[in-house]
This record gives sequence, C-alpha cells and structure tokens, in this order.
Amino acid sequence: MTDGSTNGKVVFDVQNLSKVYQMGEMEVHALREVNLMLEEGHFVVFLGPSGSGKSTLLNILGGLDIPTRGRVMYRDMNLTDTNEGTLTEYRRRNIGFVFQFYNLIPSLTARENVALVTDIAETPMRPEDALELVNLGNRQDHFPAQLSGGEQQRVAIARAIAKRPSVLLCDEPTGALDISTGVVVLDALARVNTELGTTTAVITHNAAIAEMADRVVRLADGRIAAIENNSNKRQPNELHW
Amino acid sequence: MFLTALNRKLLRDLGNMRGQALAIALIAATGVITYVALLSVYESLRLTQQSYYETHNFGDVFGTLVRAPRSLEPSIAEIPGVATVETRVVAAVTLDVPGFDDVVTGRLISVPANRRPRVNDIFLRSGRWIDPNRPNEVIASENFVTAHGLALGDQISAIMNGHLRPLTIVGVALSPEYVYTTPPGELMPDDKRFGIFWMERRTLAATFDLEDSFNDLALILDPATAPAAVLARVDQLLEPYGGTGSIPRELQLSHWLLESELDGLQAVGAVLPILFLLVSAFILHMALVRALALQRPQIAALKALGYNNQALGWHYLKWALLIGLGGVVVGILAGVSLGPPMIEMYNVYFHFPVLLYQLSGTVAVSATILTLGAAALGATVAVRRAVRVPPAEGMRPEPPAHYQTSIFEMAWLPGGPGPAGRMVLRNIVRHPVRAIASIAGIGFAVALLMTGLAMYGSFEELLVTQFSAAERQDVSLTFVEPRSEKARYALKALPGVIAVEAQRSVAVRIRAGHRQRTLSLTGIPDTPRLRLLVDRHGQKISPPQSGLLLSKHLGDTLRVEPGDVVTIEVLEGTRSSRALTISGFVDDLLGLSAYMNNNALHHMMHESAVLTGADLLVDPAYTQMLSQTLKYLPAVAGVAFKEAAREAFRDVIAASMIQMMGIIVLAAAIVAFGVVYNAARVALSERSRELASLRVIGFTRAEISFILLSELAFLTVAALPVGTVLGWGLMQSIAGFADTEVYRMPVVFSWPSVAWACLTVIVASACSGLVVRRRLDRLDLVEVLKISQ
Repeated sequence: MTDGSTNGKVVFDVQNLSKVYQMGEMEVHALREVNLMLEEGHFVVFLGPSGSGKSTLLNILGGLDIPTRGRVMYRDMNLTDTNEGTLTEYRRRNIGFVFQFYNLIPSLTARENVALVTDIAETPMRPEDALELVNLGNRQDHFPAQLSGGEQQRVAIARAIAKRPSVLLCDEPTGALDISTGVVVLDALARVNTELGTTTAVITHNAAIAEMADRVVRLADGRIAAIENNSNKRQPNELHW
Repeated sequence: MFLTALNRKLLRDLGNMRGQALAIALIAATGVITYVALLSVYESLRLTQQSYYETHNFGDVFGTLVRAPRSLEPSIAEIPGVATVETRVVAAVTLDVPGFDDVVTGRLISVPANRRPRVNDIFLRSGRWIDPNRPNEVIASENFVTAHGLALGDQISAIMNGHLRPLTIVGVALSPEYVYTTPPGELMPDDKRFGIFWMERRTLAATFDLEDSFNDLALILDPATAPAAVLARVDQLLEPYGGTGSIPRELQLSHWLLESELDGLQAVGAVLPILFLLVSAFILHMALVRALALQRPQIAALKALGYNNQALGWHYLKWALLIGLGGVVVGILAGVSLGPPMIEMYNVYFHFPVLLYQLSGTVAVSATILTLGAAALGATVAVRRAVRVPPAEGMRPEPPAHYQTSIFEMAWLPGGPGPAGRMVLRNIVRHPVRAIASIAGIGFAVALLMTGLAMYGSFEELLVTQFSAAERQDVSLTFVEPRSEKARYALKALPGVIAVEAQRSVAVRIRAGHRQRTLSLTGIPDTPRLRLLVDRHGQKISPPQSGLLLSKHLGDTLRVEPGDVVTIEVLEGTRSSRALTISGFVDDLLGLSAYMNNNALHHMMHESAVLTGADLLVDPAYTQMLSQTLKYLPAVAGVAFKEAAREAFRDVIAASMIQMMGIIVLAAAIVAFGVVYNAARVALSERSRELASLRVIGFTRAEISFILLSELAFLTVAALPVGTVLGWGLMQSIAGFADTEVYRMPVVFSWPSVAWACLTVIVASACSGLVVRRRLDRLDLVEVLKISQ
C-alpha cells in the first residue's frame, strides 16, 4: 500500500520495507512490504496493537536497526545501504529519540542528561532552554530518581530536542504515564513540533492521541492498514482516554 | 563547565561502585608497591655502589701472592691497559678484643702513611688518618667497631707473626672492597668475629718480613680494557713470586656477593609484580563485564543519542584506567615509603658510607605504564563486547540466561543437592570461565602466601643442611701456612678436642675451554666424618675416589658435564697443571666448590699429608678454654665456631626476612579479599532480582545468603588445592630466579605453611563474604522487583 498524496518536502521515503527476526527456529515477520512517506514538520502518529511492527519501523527510521529487505531514504540519504558509523552520525545530526521507559542516565541530573546531547551536537540549544521548553526549568538539578515519571519523560524530550533535530521519534512516550501526566508530556511534544518545526513521529496504541496528529498511520500484523489525514487537530488538553 | 556530561557519569558511576573499585585498585597497588619498592631499592643500591666504587677507586683486577719485591711494580704498570697500580701487604691475624671471649680473626691491610691508597681507597667515617710515627695505630672497619661497641682510642691486641701486639683504633672506616664482609672461607658475615684493619705499611711489612715487598695487588685498568689480557700478563709476572692467580672485579668476593644479591633483587622485582598486575587485570575484567551488563540500557540510550562505539569504548576504558591510576598513586606512595626501611635492611649486610634512596622516573613511569596497560587489557574485551550490542537490542531486556542441568548434579548422592544447591551449581556451570578465573585468582593468593611463609622454612632448611647435615664440626680453623701431619696431633692435644679432621685446600684455576674459574680445591678423606658432602636435600654424597667433584652450579658456569675433562692449574707450590675428569656434581646450596680425594690431592701436589686447616669436634664443656688457647696460637690464622657463626647469620637474616614475609602476607591477603569481594559483588548484582524473588516467596535471609555465599565458599574451597599447586610452581620459579653463585635457596614444601596460607585465604574470603552479606540484608525487595525488565 502506498501513500501518494504528499504536499510538503519528503523527509522519509520508505519502500517495500520488510524485517524478519530469527527467534530460535522461528521466523518472526515484524514488517512486511511497507511503503510510506513522511513530510517535513508533520506530527505523525503510528497506531497499532502490540506486535504490529510500530517499534521496528521507528527503530529503522531512527537508524537503530536495519531492515531485512527494502529501502529507506532520509531526504537524499539511503539508510539501508550504509554502515554503523554513518548511522551513528545520522542519529547524532538529525534524530531525537524519546522512549517509553525514558532511558535517562541515573547518575546524571536532568540538566546533565540533556548536556549529554548538547556536548556532542553541532548547534544545540542550552540544556536550560531545552528544559524550559518542557516546563522543567525548576527541576534541572534533580537526579532521575528524584523526578516523577512524567518529569522524567519530559527530561527525555528535552534531551531529544536540545540538539534541534529535524526528526523526533517517540516510542510510546505516554505508555508508562497516567492521563494527566501524559497530557503534559504530549503538550511538550506538540510545542516542540509547532515552535521548532520538528517532524515528529509518535508510536502509541492509544487511539486518543491520534486526534492531535496531522496524519495517522495504522499498522496491523507488520503491514500498513490505513493512512488518514487529520484536518481537525486537537490540543493535548482536549484529549480524553 | 569543565566536565562533559559523559565524564560526570563516569565519576558518579565509579563512586557508586567504590567498594569494588577500591578492591581492584588495592590489588593493582600491591603490584605497584612490590615493583616500585624492589626496583627503586635495586636502583638506589646500584647507584650507591657505582658512585662508591668511582669515588673510592675500587680496583678492576686483584691478585695475591707469597712475596714479591716492590721493584716489580714498574713492570706491572707497564702492562698495556693498566692505569694504576697499588701493591699492599695483607696479613691474617687473630685478635683479642677486651670483654669478648671468642676467637676473633682480623685482616690487616697496609695503607701508605703519607697519602691515600690509589686503589681501593677507604672512607673514613670518624677519627683520623694513621700517624706514621705511631706504629701501633690502626683504622678499623665500621661494622666491627659497631658490633663490639668500640670507640676511637680503644685498644685491642693482635698476634702478628707470633708476637702479641697492642693496636690503637684511631679511625673508623669503610672500604669498597668490603661492602660485604665475610670471614675467610665463609659466605656469611660475622661482624663480631671478623674485622678489617688498615695499618701503616712500613710497620706491617716489617712485622711480617715483607719490607720493600708486597703480597697483595690491586689495579685499575684504562676504560675499555678487557681484563682477560691483563690477568694473563699479571699472572705471568707474579708466578715466580707465588702468585695464586689474579681475578677480575667480577670475582672479587664482596663485589661478587653484592652483584648476586642485586641480580636476585632485580629478577624478583621484575617477576612478582607482573603476577599481581595480571590478577588485577583479570579482576578488573570480571568487574567491568558485570558493570557493563548492568549498563546495557544506558549504553543503548547513549548510542541512540548519537554516541559512537569509539566514544563509548573510550568512556568505559577510562573507567578502568582511573581505577588503575588510583592503584598507581597508592602503590607509588606506599612503595616509596617502604623503600628507605628496605634499604636500611640491606645496610645490615652491605656497608656503604651513605645509602641514598631515590625513586627514578623510569621506575615510576614503567610502573604506571604496566599498571594502566594491565587495566586496559582487563577492560578491553569487556568494553568491546558491551558496546557492540546494537542499540535496538540493547534497549530490550536481556534474554533469560540459558541454564542446564550440570553433570555434577547427576553425580550427586540420592536426594540431590536441593533447589538452593542446584542454583549454586548451575550458576557455576553456566559461567565456567568466570568460575575458573575466580579460582585462579584466589589460588594466586594462596600461592603467594605459601611462597611468603615458606621463605623462613627455606632459610631454616639452608641452615640445617649446611650446619647440621654437612658441617658436623664445632670449630674449624685455618693455618697461616700449610703444616705437616704433626699439627694434627698437636690439635688433638688441645683442651676438649675429641676428634680432628685435617683439611687440605689448594688454590687452583679450573679451565674448561675458554671458561675458567679460580677457587680453592678441597681434599676430602675417604670417609669424611666432620665435613660431609651433602646435596640441597641434605642427602649425603659419596666423596670422589678419582677425578673431581664440582658444585652443580660451578658445572653449569663452566658448561661441563660429568665425564668431561678439565684442566687444573695449581696456583701454589709445584704450580703444575694437569687434566682431570669430572666424576660428578653435588647439587649444593652455598657457593661454588671443587673437591677431590685427599690422597689424590697430596699426590698431585707431590707432598705428604700436609694440612692447611682442620675441623675439630669439641667437648662443649671446654669450648671456652679452647677458645682462649686458640687465640694465642701463632700458627692459627682464623678460627670459626660453628654455633656462633650460625647464630650471627640467623640474627642478620631473620629480621629482614620477617619484614619481607610480612609484606608478602599482607599483599596476599589483599589479593584474596579483593578477588572474593569482587566475585561476591558481581554475583550480588547479577542475582539480586532472583534473590529478592526468593525472599518474596518466603525464603529467609539466611537461606538466600546461603545461596550466594555457598557459591563463594565453593570457589574458595576449589581454589585451595589449585593454589597449593600454583604455590609450589611459584616457589620453584622464584627460587630459580634467585639462584645465584652465592646461594641456592632450597624449595621447602611444608604442610604447616600450606595450612596457614589456606587459613588466611579462608578468613579473607569470609570477611569479604560478610561484607556482601550485609548488603544482602539491606536488599530492598520492592525496589528490586520494580525495575522494569
């Protein structure tokens, strides 16, 4: 299935993408012949149940994993025909990640976790500014263990956007959070998307989140089941689940 | 901000594992301490020796003879390569020291009245130079003066050429010729019973009828002159005057003994620390593998953020290097503080005017490089494995470990080992390499302890072999010059003498091809009773009926085997030369010796039953009386009371040996504690979740402690026999490295030292087990189980 209706600049162009995992003697098809395009500045939500291939797709887009077959272009760069060093460089320059379990370094404070990225980025924002953007200006010197789940996730978002990536990839960013905390995190993501123009892809199995997206990609059993454009975007605080 | 976020992480992570980091750093430090202490002491002694030799013109060639006119001096000076000639009069005397009953022997060495000796100058510690107008003045060796508590102005008397003569001490001195001072024919110092005295030449020469003559010679050669050619020319010149063969500096007794000690020190200093460093590298590896496994999600996240493998590899390598650096700093500081007392210890046997301690940059830098190298080596494999995991995989929980039923369980008694025992066994079987490595590490501690504890046993064995099995006499004496058979009966008639065994020794040069050695060839009776030939195990060796019996080490030096023919050049009397077959070797412990049958020796010398000395068996009740009598016998040049000699030696060695053993035992205990503590922490961090689950199910603290600690106990118990075997090997190899011409330390395997070594390691293991047990008691069940998988 191909989505041909693109208006803006294409950031990702995915063609015939498949990923097969070898689990002992079993072959698991995580992705089957996926075709997709993502446009600059869009907020895209990937919806689907567990095992539908969302995370695998996101990992491949982010250069964390390589496909078994098919091709992924990031702008003019072919992500499928390259080495690990180039992928690292690609992540370092272009991609920001937010994970379900935050993956903060426990021995570093919020500011220092953000500094991990600003230390190696070319034109980063100040860690303090990144934290301010997610409304954590007053929690900069706290260690992860001293922060709530929502706060930790917002630190992760600040860490991801501090280098001004062109793409922000979020894997179940609210999966471990309750609704009110989840809304605060989504609000931070929406703000980054609109204020910095960062192309944002969010994986979730929470259908309510789809209402704040420009585009919704539904996955099932490793295939794209549907792609919908959302003309009536809602604000995070208008969402209910 | 000076520190990058990644470096902050490094420091905080190190802070969190400070216990383990400290244990590893301490083990590395023990390696650095031994390395720095031994090698800095070696370098300091070497430097002291060199500057002492240079400033006091220590000779390059030494010769003794019966008597030659001083008119020969210009001929000697004309030998190509000879820079400076100093001829001397040297005489052996017996002394009477007020307040000391035993016989004391002395060596009188002539010095010019109006100038300092050109060769072998002495260092005047206190007092003044001899006044030529006062013939009884002497300068005495410092060790002798100190041993007897003598002072400037004190008087002793000497029997000089048959006349009792008072001598006044006006100076106290040291000489590069006598850095290590041993009585004639002995290898062990005895400062109370042997002393060196410098006396004005004319007086000494007149007393021994050597006016305008000399009987001793020392030369300094031009730099770059090979001594061999000079030695041959000197021997040629001195032969008509009873020359007993000149020797190069390498064979000068004091120098020979000092070199032997320095070589041993250098060898041990190079070997032992390497073992420590390897152990610490291995522990570091174990600790890092586990620490990195715990960091798996963090490594993945850092990679996702754009850090590459090199950056992460370097990050974790720095972790190891910082620990290593901690070890280096502690080790160098401790090594440097240990150096001066160790130097002092050496100063008990080696007498230098000043002993300067210094740590050279080379030692410090090489210690640093070696330690950091070992740390990097230990870390590299672990780091490489950890950063290679692809980030997407790293963020997923580690797959459950693959366990299997072990063959040990199947061999178990009916009923099986129980669930806890099964967990212990399967965990050990799952990580066989790690288990083997832990066993090897703990085993090394056992081995090190055994080696340290066995040192005293070796020393005792040396004493027993030498003083009980080999030397059964109570007194041995040497004559001023060879005596006839009648002397034997005269000795038998002395108070308390039960038996007399004549000794005949002849100065010879043994040649085997281009290799040669000058030493004294000793005649052995058909059935020796007082001085037996024994090997290093105390086994009696039959005296040779024909041919030569050599010390095994001498055979090795000359590169000859039994059955080979060597040339014997007699350096006295007949000065004949003949070929002799080597009938066998004696694998002895002290010095280099050559023996032949007494009668064959007399025959070779064309003489009747001549003796140069004798061994006496004495009724203990008469020892005192005999001593008094021997003091005043003009024919006697030297007397050694065995018991006194043994005690003097024991006093000197024991103190330093106990100090050395203390250091080794402490180092070994640190290693044992470090290895077990680290193994325990690794096990705890790996299994805290599993153990917490058991607690939740209803296991008691004692029960989960059993699971963790019994694994450590198993490793420790398994390490004991391994360590015993390793220890045996370590003792052999250290003895091999420390094998010198002077002495070969016997390797003594004793069960008590094995038992003490094992016990110490068990205690160290138990202590580290208890420390970990305390952590286990504080295990937060809810927290552990909450951690997301």
